[in-house]
Amino acid sequence: MAEIVLKNVRKDFGDFTAVQASSFKVEDGEFFMLLGPSGCGKTTTLRMIAGLELPTSGEIYIGGEEVGQKPASQRDIAFVFQMFALYPHMNVRKNISYPLVSQGMPKAQVNEKVAEAARILGIEKLLDRPVGGLSGGDRQRVALGRAIVRDPKCFLMDEPLGALDAEFREHMAEELRALHDRMGATTIYVTHDQLEAMQMGDKIVVMNHGVVEQFGTPQDIYDKPATMFVADFIGSPSMNFLKFHGKLDAAATSVELHHQKLPVPALREPFEGDMVYGVRPEHITLSDKAKYRGEIVATEYLGTTQIVTLQTHNGDVKARVASDQKAQVGETIGLAFNGKTVTLFDNQTGRALRSVLNEGVLSHG
Amino acid sequence: MSGYSVTEPSSTQKWVAGVLVIGYALITLMPLLWILATGFKSSADSIAYPPKVTFQPTLEGYVNLFTTQTRQTPEYLDAHPPQTWYEEIVHDKGMVIAGPSRFGERFMNSVIIGFGSTFLSVFLGTLAAYAFSRYRIPLKDDLLFFILSTRMMPPIAVAIPIFLMFRNLGLSDTHTGMILLYTAVNLSLSVWLLKGFIDEIPREYEEAALIDGYTRFQAFTKVVLPQAATGIAATAIFCLIFAWNEYAFAVLLTSGTAQTAPPFIPTIIGNGGQDWPAVAAGATLFLLPVMVFTILLRKHLLRGITFGAVRK
Ligand SMILES: Nc1ncnc2c1ncn2[C@@H]1O[C@H](COP(=O)(O)OP(=O)(O)O)[C@@H](O)[C@H]1O
Ligand SMILES: [Mg+2]
Repeated sequence: MAEIVLKNVRKDFGDFTAVQASSFKVEDGEFFMLLGPSGCGKTTTLRMIAGLELPTSGEIYIGGEEVGQKPASQRDIAFVFQMFALYPHMNVRKNISYPLVSQGMPKAQVNEKVAEAARILGIEKLLDRPVGGLSGGDRQRVALGRAIVRDPKCFLMDEPLGALDAEFREHMAEELRALHDRMGATTIYVTHDQLEAMQMGDKIVVMNHGVVEQFGTPQDIYDKPATMFVADFIGSPSMNFLKFHGKLDAAATSVELHHQKLPVPALREPFEGDMVYGVRPEHITLSDKAKYRGEIVATEYLGTTQIVTLQTHNGDVKARVASDQKAQVGETIGLAFNGKTVTLFDNQTGRALRSVLNEGVLSHG
Repeated sequence: MSGYSVTEPSSTQKWVAGVLVIGYALITLMPLLWILATGFKSSADSIAYPPKVTFQPTLEGYVNLFTTQTRQTPEYLDAHPPQTWYEEIVHDKGMVIAGPSRFGERFMNSVIIGFGSTFLSVFLGTLAAYAFSRYRIPLKDDLLFFILSTRMMPPIAVAIPIFLMFRNLGLSDTHTGMILLYTAVNLSLSVWLLKGFIDEIPREYEEAALIDGYTRFQAFTKVVLPQAATGIAATAIFCLIFAWNEYAFAVLLTSGTAQTAPPFIPTIIGNGGQDWPAVAAGATLFLLPVMVFTILLRKHLLRGITFGAVRK
């Protein structure tokens, strides 16, 4: 097992830059999520780590060794493809043993290792079946078997659950995470599903348009987003953005929106211009006492909570409140914000302003 | 089955289709069966009118095909009784065997040139198709079009330049020359067909093999080739059928050592009267290799002939 470090990795396809100046570090044994919308360069990044694409510039370290320009066959990593890529002309046993055969391992040892991998994944009964007739989940297990059978330096998985039914996906996600916890293998997992990333990952890197927007623990990324993109992409419903204009000095603890003072974590940098007051729906409470007002335009019942959509002077706001709270469409009500959790953004660049809340996180983002 | 199904043909439809297919098969097979039968007829039976459907089978045609014979005096014949069954057949006509005919040789030429050029076309075609399919090649589309364009006029249109070229290069009437020629003609077909098949094979399989520790070449031989087997078989059959049946160039460029069966078989007719059973025997044997080859690869061919359209 090994740690993986990317330094300023860039990939151009002709004139098009798929990945630009990506840097992040995956600790040994970590379950690391590469998250971002479709087309943002996740697969390209993963393929560069695997050696299936060579970076245009930058360095990739696996276990301390710079491998950026080495071919895939020399990197000793395992890759689980989105469509699994099981060799169709081989049965399950051959598929799993194939990476061992390339190392010239003696037959007896190969059989032993295949049997062990099959036992871990619960596919002993399938070993002599052709791969053609397997269900999606079993294909997935065979693909994992092929990955774990030879103790690689790390596992790279490109949307490994993407090809499965929604219902089965959750089950498989748990199985995957359990497998990782048992084996302690460094894993980089690509997904465009923020929920999956939050649930499964030790750390997350969020990418957009080939740029790493933020990297950190799921909690940090959720609570202390470094950019408006991250704040918007993660969480459902996503963070509310209230636009306003103002001038703040370096230690401000409140901002003024539509003549009302709203609390913010103490700022660590001065700012003047167009800003965004970012607050998560669950950090808004509705009460008649609050001065900042909004009109309820919709409610959505979710069981224990409900999502209330309100129209305010600074834009639409969604609040997540207990479902027994009365919320009548058309009613005007006050909004109270939990100031400690708020992030202010520069509306021009989308960058989060430094504050007591996020200063520790932003420094390495 | 009860109930009406949109996709499943009704039993009447199946019946009509069956009759049509069998009827068509009989009509197309008729000449072949006639050739097969004629090969086993005596000379007299072969030209009998009305034609004979039942007859006393004889191997005379085959013996005539493989031997040259001379007429001998009855005294000589009596002094030299036949030793083998084929000598006996000849003996009964008042002839003796003077030696083997050229047919065996010409047939072997066909085998060498047909299979040799097929192997070469498919081998080179597979490598080229793989390169075109997987690598970024400058002017790829133009090159592919150029390769195809070599098939845009009938090959025989360039017969005279090729004839002169072969004469100057010393390739006339050689196996090498004919193999090169048929390979050149077949190569465009083979590159295009195989590129289609290889395009269909997802790259992930090779990439998986690379990650499993194999070199690019190993990934090609162990993962791509087995999956392209269908396409390779189909392509090989097309190439063989062309090379095997090719007549015009064979007439033009071969006359002796490298002459193939197609230009040779008609010359049998001229050897001492019209020996139809021998011609039919030659035609029958000539048909066999392509038939056997096709039947051997049939399993692949049926899947391959759809050009990947129904691969799952
Ligand atoms: N081989 C390639 N040639 C040209 N462009 C590519 C190639 N591979 C990927 N791209 C482009 O790079 C961008 C990022 O692709 P990808 O890494 O697959 O995104 P993701 O996996 O995040 O959906 C996409 O716009 C895609 O079209
Ligand atoms: Mg992708």
